[in-house]
Amino acid sequence: MTEMTEEIKKTKKGKLERNRIWMSWTFVLIPTLFIITFYFYPMIQAFWISLHTGTGVNLDFTGLDNYRRLFNDQAFITAVTNTFIFFIFQIPLMIILALFFSVLLNQKTLHFKGIFRTLVFLPAITSLVAYSLIFRYLFSNDGVVNQALMFMNLIDAPIFWLGDPFWAKVLIIIAITWRWTGYNMIFYLSALQNIDPGIYEAARIDGASAVQQFFRITIPMLRPVILFTSITSTIGTLQLFDEPMNLTGGGPGNATTTISQYIYNLSFEYTPNFGYAAAVSYSIVVFVLILSAIQFRVGRERK
Amino acid sequence: MKNEKRMKRIATYVFLILVSFIFFFPFYFLIVSITNPSIDITRGDLLPGSHLIENFRTMIETTPIGLSIWNSALVSVGQTIISIFVSSLAGYGFEVHPSRGKEVVYNIILLSMMIPFAALMVPLFRLFGTISGIVPALGIDTLFGVVLPYVSTAFLVFFFRQNTKMFPKELIEAGRIDGLSELGIFVKIFIPTMKTTYAAAGIVTFMNSWNNYLWPLIVLQSPSNYTVPLVISAMGSGYTIDYGSVMIAIFITTIPTAVIFFVLQKYFVQGMVGSIK
Repeated sequence: MTEMTEEIKKTKKGKLERNRIWMSWTFVLIPTLFIITFYFYPMIQAFWISLHTGTGVNLDFTGLDNYRRLFNDQAFITAVTNTFIFFIFQIPLMIILALFFSVLLNQKTLHFKGIFRTLVFLPAITSLVAYSLIFRYLFSNDGVVNQALMFMNLIDAPIFWLGDPFWAKVLIIIAITWRWTGYNMIFYLSALQNIDPGIYEAARIDGASAVQQFFRITIPMLRPVILFTSITSTIGTLQLFDEPMNLTGGGPGNATTTISQYIYNLSFEYTPNFGYAAAVSYSIVVFVLILSAIQFRVGRERK
Repeated sequence: MKNEKRMKRIATYVFLILVSFIFFFPFYFLIVSITNPSIDITRGDLLPGSHLIENFRTMIETTPIGLSIWNSALVSVGQTIISIFVSSLAGYGFEVHPSRGKEVVYNIILLSMMIPFAALMVPLFRLFGTISGIVPALGIDTLFGVVLPYVSTAFLVFFFRQNTKMFPKELIEAGRIDGLSELGIFVKIFIPTMKTTYAAAGIVTFMNSWNNYLWPLIVLQSPSNYTVPLVISAMGSGYTIDYGSVMIAIFITTIPTAVIFFVLQKYFVQGMVGSIK
């Protein structure tokens, strides 16, 4: 008799448990299905398309031709160069500024900290399209910035921010730095608040200067966060689209065209060449993987 | 020594005021510009004018801005509700019922974070072409089409899994004793307990959706379906640009994100930073 109830209990429990397992898999598999459908499936499909050439829907299988074409495509090389110029100059500039501001704004005795933090962060609430347009007007030939620079006697004639290949790149870098420095600063500030103040106390007693404290304590303690922000910034920069599109239109000529914009143009502006556009798309994936791996290495090694 | 310290203090404040000025200046320019006629904005007029009502009227009369705000609201609210529900369900499932098989699935989901959207635009557009052929209401040139790729994102699944670690597991047992189903426990216990996590995730998702430009640009074709960034971009890049109405459109469509930021600042920061703690 007791054996039987035990058995019933067991099966009952087993059933309940089975039901739970089944439910938990449902919870997990719904989003997985979406991610497979909208991320992995298209990427696999893209690889298949990238082996084809043709316009619109008439595609012929041409193997690796599209990938070979990349190396001789001047427009592609320009887009990659531009993207890397933004990457090399903008990310370090922004991270250094963000670190500097976060340390300044983390001082206990500083007044109006909240206001300063808010003002530096505020650009992060704007849409990329909106701020790009505002910057375009600010930096027009007779716009505010040129007037201010001339008023301060820093320049004699207006700078052609939008018409000069060099200054257009500088403008993009200025704009992105304005938009994202505060955003990154918030990550550093929250990490700084987790550092035990006793460490700085001890360093001061040992006679470490503020600069030494910054390089010997702050930077090493923030290393994981710096790594995180530099990887997310890298992925962001490699996909840069909204700003060149709305601020400079990729111009003058192709001076600020990015890889993303080139993919967009190949697929939706020119006669659609999806096969080649897919090959260019894969170049971004490769760049993201390589750069993230490098940063991961550098960020971890010195620990 | 004391004097030197004070000088340093003053220098710090001067520097911070200068920095704040630079960061705030574009906002000031935006606010002033909504009151100025087009010609003064290109000349860089920095004083308020009396053109506010006229700019507003031009904007209403010449652009579908009102409709685009409605479209953006539908897309952003819809995307936020659906994606945080679906993604939190997964985060919860991974954390509360862990198993070896699920870890494999979880890692596959995380892997999708390495796929940049720029690389997805072409194949995704083609996929939606196929979807259009089967269910036109979900495909190209529909608001559903804007939302669908974001129904579930690796970032949100990751974010919810990380935060579920703080969820007291005893509550699940309590729910089971009360006879709640697994879904019942999730809806009636987990969601109310994790309100702040939901607020944080919701804010970040809403902002991203409200400001999203590239995917709507690709998937939407008729101007009556345009979302805010598309309309503003079109306003700002025509041959005859009315700067006053562009500025007022930017101003009005930035208000929602500004309000969210100022009212829910605490959750906002948590939503940003919470994922890496």
